Amino acid sequence: MAGIADKRAAHLERRPDVEPVEVLRDYYRRMSLVRAFELRASEMYARAKIGGYCHLNLGEEATVVGLTAALRPRDYLFTSYRDHGYALMRGLAPGRVMAELFGKTTGVSGGRGGSMHLFDTDSRVMGGYGIVGGQIPLATGAALALTYRGEPGPDADVVMCLLGDGATNIGGFHESLNLAGLWGLPIVYVVVNNGLGMGTSVEAAAAEPELFKRGCSYRIRGQRVDGDDVLAVRDAASAALERARTAREPGLVEATSFRLRGHSVVDPARYRSPEDTVLARSADPVPAFRARLISTGVVDEAEATAIDEGVDLEVSAAVEFADKSPDPTPDQLFAYVYATPVAHASDALPGDPVMDAI
Amino acid sequence: MTQDGSNVRTMTFRKALSETLRAELLRDESVFLIGEEIGVFEGSYKITAGLLAEFGPARVRDTPISEEGFVGAAIGAAMLGMRPVVEIMTINFSLIAIDQIVNHAAKLRSMFGGQVSVPLVIRMPGGGGQQLAASHSQNLEVWYAHIPGLKVLAPSTPADAKALLTAAIRDDDPVIFLENLALYNTKGDVPDGEQVAEIGRAAVVRAGTDLTVVSYSRGTTTALEVARQLAQDGVSIEVVDLRSLRPLDRETICASVRKTTRAVVFEDDWLSYGIGAEISATIGEGAFDFLDAPVRRVAAAEVPLPYAKPLERAALPDAASLIRVIREVLDATRFEG
Repeated sequence: MAGIADKRAAHLERRPDVEPVEVLRDYYRRMSLVRAFELRASEMYARAKIGGYCHLNLGEEATVVGLTAALRPRDYLFTSYRDHGYALMRGLAPGRVMAELFGKTTGVSGGRGGSMHLFDTDSRVMGGYGIVGGQIPLATGAALALTYRGEPGPDADVVMCLLGDGATNIGGFHESLNLAGLWGLPIVYVVVNNGLGMGTSVEAAAAEPELFKRGCSYRIRGQRVDGDDVLAVRDAASAALERARTAREPGLVEATSFRLRGHSVVDPARYRSPEDTVLARSADPVPAFRARLISTGVVDEAEATAIDEGVDLEVSAAVEFADKSPDPTPDQLFAYVYATPVAHASDALPGDPVMDAI
Repeated sequence: MTQDGSNVRTMTFRKALSETLRAELLRDESVFLIGEEIGVFEGSYKITAGLLAEFGPARVRDTPISEEGFVGAAIGAAMLGMRPVVEIMTINFSLIAIDQIVNHAAKLRSMFGGQVSVPLVIRMPGGGGQQLAASHSQNLEVWYAHIPGLKVLAPSTPADAKALLTAAIRDDDPVIFLENLALYNTKGDVPDGEQVAEIGRAAVVRAGTDLTVVSYSRGTTTALEVARQLAQDGVSIEVVDLRSLRPLDRETICASVRKTTRAVVFEDDWLSYGIGAEISATIGEGAFDFLDAPVRRVAAAEVPLPYAKPLERAALPDAASLIRVIREVLDATRFEG
């Protein structure tokens, strides 16, 4: 982690004065919204409103906002299971996302996917995926589909595929990069490197721990960026997306940040050293960006507080919406097993006879 | 001529598949073929011969040896509305891609609340009897037939190969399409023109009154041979060809057994937890009062298939083993013809 920490100070020195004020405010509001949503999701998990696994973007907010700011509305996004913030930033209503976490009919997938599997056709959020790296071949195939639809150019659609640092060790990652390189696919893979695959450090898992270099074997350009710097993340992603869009050059971006909590909500992260925890907290991108905007006069304390209070209200409304939404009913259990109805598809519940009574 | 007036040609199972792929490539621009050695090499079993020259490398897409990658990519392309037809060189290699098939293709529509579908076909040749030894001779159909969200087809005739493959390509769900290597050179009548089978329906391919043999794919051809042979001895065998392993047409199976009162399942997979186990349980539930004898199963010996021919032959279900079991069932029920 030392290599990542060394770069820590750099972005704080960088002045955001070339950015329009309203853009910077909006980025802060977005980061604050992700933070507020995730803290509330953690609370709702503790209150048993949310079940299963629940992985939070806490500490990843600058990366979430920077990456999604680089996407156009028609671009496709595949993510890992740590997906709440990305779904929100692509425009999914917080209430519908929270309702999915609550398993309600008003959730983005009607409560069938839960925290790890957020999907929305309209915003081209093509799913969070619970199997580590399972989304990588799929995203590669989505990019392949785009090559049948149109030519590269400034208006072409592209795919962004997010994955964690741990997923760079699976075969599917390497097979996918090989296919993307071989076929010239319009896709940017983004490794969201928080230094830990559950409790295993990148250094203990990857023989090439500089993960952006893992594209070399496939002649895919790689770049590491400070994932705590929303502007740097956005700019790196934009440049890679542009090459994919106009030249069908696949890209690899590695964004480094710290995970502020355990792997999932239930993980107390006892494997982390006190020093590491201190480092992670000191790098927390949300208060850092807030302080930076205040120090540079983009917002004052009162405005920043108003933004924080505004997103809190938004999240409270999302929780209320989710809580009041109806649970799905078992009569819809088989509704989506098949898209094309066929004879003799089973709709038997446990204990039902397999044949109708004679 | 058939009943609907279309012409019939006699052709091999291989040719029926090849012509169907070509027809669907011509019909629908969203269809493309993808797999190892399907283009330049023209397919390990020559199913795709000539198609690269006609349709070009984008629609007949050769891949590196990368099953997880290209199967996953086909699923992803299907999510965006393409209709990929994957060839996995043999079903044995599908295990390398099984995460993408089982954890992804089968799940996406349900998991995402019906917002996406996966119109995908994965063709998998397989089966033993070619002296390919243990890792290249498996019948893993039950692995896929177990999974809700998949459809699993196993045609036994060239006509069904055409009509079921056409249906599979036009279906909006992931379809596993099983091709037994031993069938590729078998011949049969195939109606010209568009033929689209209904997925999920078994067929009574030979009517009989004394005993039902339930089978699929290569097994059905053996069952029909046996039925013809036993007819000369005055035994009337009914043969049910499953055609679809998921969904399973339990009605047709049970209706047949209620009539014949005896049943034998003839299957190429291993006995324990196999297709026959599911059929037997179905008959036990749906035709118990009609049965004159326990349902018997003729399946592969539970051993990794050896290379040496005498050992391979001993391990695989064949006509002789089917006849022996039919005789045992008939004798146990004092059948007198």
